[in-house]
Amino acid sequence: MADPLLSILVIDENRARAAIIEAGLREAGHDQVTLVHSMAGIARRIQEAAPDVIVIDLENPNRDMLEDMFQLSRAVRRPVAMFVDRSDSASIAAAVEAGVSAYVVDGLRQERVKPILDMAVSRFNAFARLTRELQEAREELEGRKVVDTAKRLLMKRRNISEDEAYALLRRTAMNKNRKIAEIAQSLVTAADLLGDEP
Amino acid sequence: MTHRIIAGFMPLLDSALLVAARTKGFAEAEGIDLTLLRETSWANIRDRIAVGHVQVAHMLGPMPIACNLGLTPLAAPTVVPMALGLGGNAVTVSNALWSLMEREGARPDLSPAGTGHALREVVACRARDGWARLRFAVVHPHSSHNYELRYWLSACGIVPGQDIDILILPPSLMPDALASGALDGFCAGEPWNTVAVAQGSGRIATVKAAIWRQSPEKVLGVDAAWAGTHPEALDALLRALHRAAVWCGTPANREELAALLSDPAHVGCPADRLLPALTGQLRIAPDEVAAVPDFFVPQASAATFPWKSHALWFYSQMVRWGQVAHAPRAAQIARDTYRPDLYRRALGPLGVALPSANAKVEGALTRPTPVGSSGASLVLGPDGFFDGARFDPDSLDAYVAAQQGSPDAQRA
Repeated sequence: MADPLLSILVIDENRARAAIIEAGLREAGHDQVTLVHSMAGIARRIQEAAPDVIVIDLENPNRDMLEDMFQLSRAVRRPVAMFVDRSDSASIAAAVEAGVSAYVVDGLRQERVKPILDMAVSRFNAFARLTRELQEAREELEGRKVVDTAKRLLMKRRNISEDEAYALLRRTAMNKNRKIAEIAQSLVTAADLLGDEP
Repeated sequence: MTHRIIAGFMPLLDSALLVAARTKGFAEAEGIDLTLLRETSWANIRDRIAVGHVQVAHMLGPMPIACNLGLTPLAAPTVVPMALGLGGNAVTVSNALWSLMEREGARPDLSPAGTGHALREVVACRARDGWARLRFAVVHPHSSHNYELRYWLSACGIVPGQDIDILILPPSLMPDALASGALDGFCAGEPWNTVAVAQGSGRIATVKAAIWRQSPEKVLGVDAAWAGTHPEALDALLRALHRAAVWCGTPANREELAALLSDPAHVGCPADRLLPALTGQLRIAPDEVAAVPDFFVPQASAATFPWKSHALWFYSQMVRWGQVAHAPRAAQIARDTYRPDLYRRALGPLGVALPSANAKVEGALTRPTPVGSSGASLVLGPDGFFDGARFDPDSLDAYVAAQQGSPDAQRA
């Protein structure tokens, strides 16, 4: 069950990912969510937001600075690393695996925080999956383009049909144990070097 | 049999031994499938050891001690069976601060006493005129950078935290922070001092090798539980790292090492920014080069030996700056973190030079000195502190008391 009383600060320079996490938190009923995209003036931002929970991505090189700041903080609400008692090592491992870390104010009960961290972990993983899929889709599109160019080259040079050109590419790829797109790319590069027009 | 080991590292010059062990085949020759995992913060390195993603890591020398003393969150018991070289840091100040220091007599000779004295005068002037305190940065509270910067300032009559602010900042951000005026100086490892000089944002005022010659820096931190259950893999890794250290310390290999480190998967900065630290020809200002022969020592002088006296000196500084209360139990934890026994077990059979002792009086050698060893003969030092002080690990209490007694320690 979401705990709407908790104030949550999300530090992530990746705006898209931060937005996905914020959406998840709001869907879960948290309405005190602050996003921070830049480390400039971070001490003041933290003071103003007075967060119960701070979520930060592990790519951020400023974790050492933040932890030092928390350590020296004279505030009563001093943030400490998530589950510092290590009572839930599986959660910690899942968070590090997903690339996210969290700090919670000292004394806050773990069961109040765990759903938030679990949500952040699943959103981080979903974001990584989306990024990967987008990358794959891009590569596939690029691959398709280069295969089309290679087919046109073969059709012109060998005077064969489109189906025959594709079969030739596929056969070569199988014989050389490589991807069709790779064979097509070599062909296009070679033609380019030799000055052939596709 | 193949040992699979994942090593976490930070993109810094002194990741050299790990990078060479992986890329020059020393790990493979020992039957190790070594994967290097590049990280963005020391906190990440600590977390990855804690959750078992990596078994070993490039760590700041004081970091495993801080872990074992429970000073950091999520700290896993960590042992240090090997150091990853000596030296490698410098103190860089902004051009504006340097011109003020020059007016107070600072010379471009990297002398800690000379530049420190000038800095004290600048600090005193600013205080008189009601100016804001100077701001220096270091990479981590539990780092040799932090302790050597504070040691230098204190010995020159400047009280860290009172006369000068000391902040924590990732080294990659320091050159820009210096250029923008957000910082007046920093103490960091290479290549960040060279980068700051090259981009015209500052100049090197002094170096770790002058503050404390041949002093400890990064170490190999090992998950204690893994070290206990995988003694063969650990020994094989230490042998591979020893051979990597010999290779890194060979002058003929410097260019190749700089090229390896410049790879985006490793340090990822141009080779000409890495070479100065390897050759000891330091560009301290755009038009000035200074020779610091032992700026970074990868292998000579038992540079990879995990001296218990190094661990205890780090501990004495944790006490000095209020990070831990002095107690026999805490000192024992620090002493036990560094494990020369594991080093001897792995490297003894190779016939390499092993010191006869596990600890030494730091700062006692004014010239290169042959010392008792097994295996090959061994020459140590010079290893002096710039203020002529010595650290005798057998007189830890007296050293700690003397530091606490000095006015600069009252703050903590």
